[in-house]
Amino acid sequence: MRTEGWKRHQTSIGIGVLAIVVLVLGWIEMAEPMGLDFSDLTGGIVTFDTMVRVGILTIVVVGLNLLMGHAGQISLGQAGFYAIGAYVSAIMTTRAANRGINVLFPGAIPKDWWWWPWLMIFAGMVVTGGVAYLIGKPILSLRGHYLAMGTLGVGLIIFVLFREGSTFTGAFDGIASVPRLSIGSFEIWPRDRYYFLVWAVALGIMWLSLNIVDSRVGRALRAIEGSEVAANTIGVDIDKFKLQVFVLSTVYASIGGSLYAHYQTLVNPAPFGFVGSLDLVIMAALGGLASVWGAPFGVGIIYAIKEILRARLHQVLHGAGGEHEIIVFGLLLVLIMIFMPQGLSFGVTKAFGWLRTRGVLRRGGGGEEMESQVEQAA
Amino acid sequence: MSGARQLSRRESGCPSSVDDVTGGEVAENGILEVGNLRKEFGGLMALDDVSFDVKRGEILSIIGPNGAGKTTIFNLISGVLPTTRGEIRFEGGVINGLKPHVIAGLGVSRTFQNLQIFNNMTVVENVMVGRHLRSGYGMISAGLRLPGGQREENEIVKQALEHLAFVGLDSMADMGASSLPFGQQRLLEIARAMATEPTLLMLDEPGAGLNRPEKEALDDLVHRIRDRGVTVLLVEHDMAFVMGIAERIIVLDYGEKIAEGTPGEIQADPKVIAAYLGDEEIRLT
Repeated sequence: MRTEGWKRHQTSIGIGVLAIVVLVLGWIEMAEPMGLDFSDLTGGIVTFDTMVRVGILTIVVVGLNLLMGHAGQISLGQAGFYAIGAYVSAIMTTRAANRGINVLFPGAIPKDWWWWPWLMIFAGMVVTGGVAYLIGKPILSLRGHYLAMGTLGVGLIIFVLFREGSTFTGAFDGIASVPRLSIGSFEIWPRDRYYFLVWAVALGIMWLSLNIVDSRVGRALRAIEGSEVAANTIGVDIDKFKLQVFVLSTVYASIGGSLYAHYQTLVNPAPFGFVGSLDLVIMAALGGLASVWGAPFGVGIIYAIKEILRARLHQVLHGAGGEHEIIVFGLLLVLIMIFMPQGLSFGVTKAFGWLRTRGVLRRGGGGEEMESQVEQAA
Repeated sequence: MSGARQLSRRESGCPSSVDDVTGGEVAENGILEVGNLRKEFGGLMALDDVSFDVKRGEILSIIGPNGAGKTTIFNLISGVLPTTRGEIRFEGGVINGLKPHVIAGLGVSRTFQNLQIFNNMTVVENVMVGRHLRSGYGMISAGLRLPGGQREENEIVKQALEHLAFVGLDSMADMGASSLPFGQQRLLEIARAMATEPTLLMLDEPGAGLNRPEKEALDDLVHRIRDRGVTVLLVEHDMAFVMGIAERIIVLDYGEKIAEGTPGEIQADPKVIAAYLGDEEIRLT
């Protein structure tokens, strides 16, 4: 029974299970049992590199889950905030450290200050959150399509600023040789070490977010999605909570961006445009907008599709390459919205629930559609 | 009870009384005073200089034909819509212009004619949202499960279950709110509103869509609410139900107050009869 609090343990158990999966996959990559590494498990299509990227974007998508799925506020500009995190880390650990600050204050940032990049991840969070706070105040009073357009515009403006930032942001070429992260003299590299770092952060953020969802704050957010007027007249300061969750989601995006910068060691504007934001929304929708648990799966499936397309599409469509993946993603989004509006995780939950109760228990809007779909499948 | 309420209000950081917001003086008997209230929607006059007082501890009903402006009054008092002109005083302080959540914090709670249940939550979670005002832990405490927040959370669950029991829905606590039958969704809205610990509860057509036994249970519930010291203001258009429950009645027609009095007085009032039966001659003159 929910009111007896067993669900709190459910969160920890679920995170624990995911942590074990992460550890096992990492162990396979490191120890190569029977001479097989991770990518052999997937027939060479999904590489270990992908697993790191899935972890990074899971962090960003969990933020979108809270914002879109729980508070009901759309953001089509999330890649912009992801970019701010990436660029703050990249700029502050390269140019600013080497030329700017050290020119003004010679030796202010010694080479062996290993914690400087970590501090700059934090700085990125503060900058991103600050920008989101300033933008969020006016923009979150928009509703529905208008909010979608507003956030789309914000994302594009941030993207263009970075692309046109000449020597400060490196324009199209971006910023190269971003340093690896390390703790003291322990470098978080090669890739398997970074994999563990990224997934530790991702699981930590999922745990944090699940706790928030199942709390006074999460209920306020879900109340806003359920009925703004009821939430407001019952005492929820809707403007405050919309702003809080928006800032939180952008801070997540910023953490993801910083981790991306230190992983890729090269930051350029390409991944941060509108298509980047759209990808994030598709990942969130596929996993289930209102499901934090769905985030890693939504991201993972999109990445798997990407890799498969990259590897195989040219065999089907002559001359087609990775850039045509957006067509497939568009189609996928349409299909999700038609057949599985609450995403994979709810689709799966629904199927189990239906099998168990034969359609007696229902949950939320779209339940009927889901059931008929399960019926067709069965 | 009232001591505990004072305490929890102070903890939540909400103004502990309307005086903190407006510095007004508390009127002798009236909990709510509405003066020359006017609301225009574009060119349409929804309410035209309506004035009335609500006495502490009474059950007052606003009745009138469809479109008379009953729900508009609720929307103005709860701050959902801005007033065009006029003044609303709660506990002596002016509340028009305040945001809905601030008004709720002062002790005004309401339900909705077209139900506004949070369908994306369970029954008990709906009522737990009602405890929002009377609790205060935030995002960081929630995310990290700090002990203070967890203590508050346990208290929220406990209180929410008590409020559910008050309306008789405690056995359905963990069902999805949308799976409740219509009549019980109405009760859920009342439990959710009561969870905010209001001193004035506004019920917007609580009997609409209910069958006879459900209405009798509602009648009993409204009296139990009043017995807890909560003033009840209700909008209704089922005359039989209103006559049985209300101690005083205000009649609205086309945005104007046409009568005020006890159920007996209202039933005998020719203007009221005309409004309900639609006497065209009287309306034209």
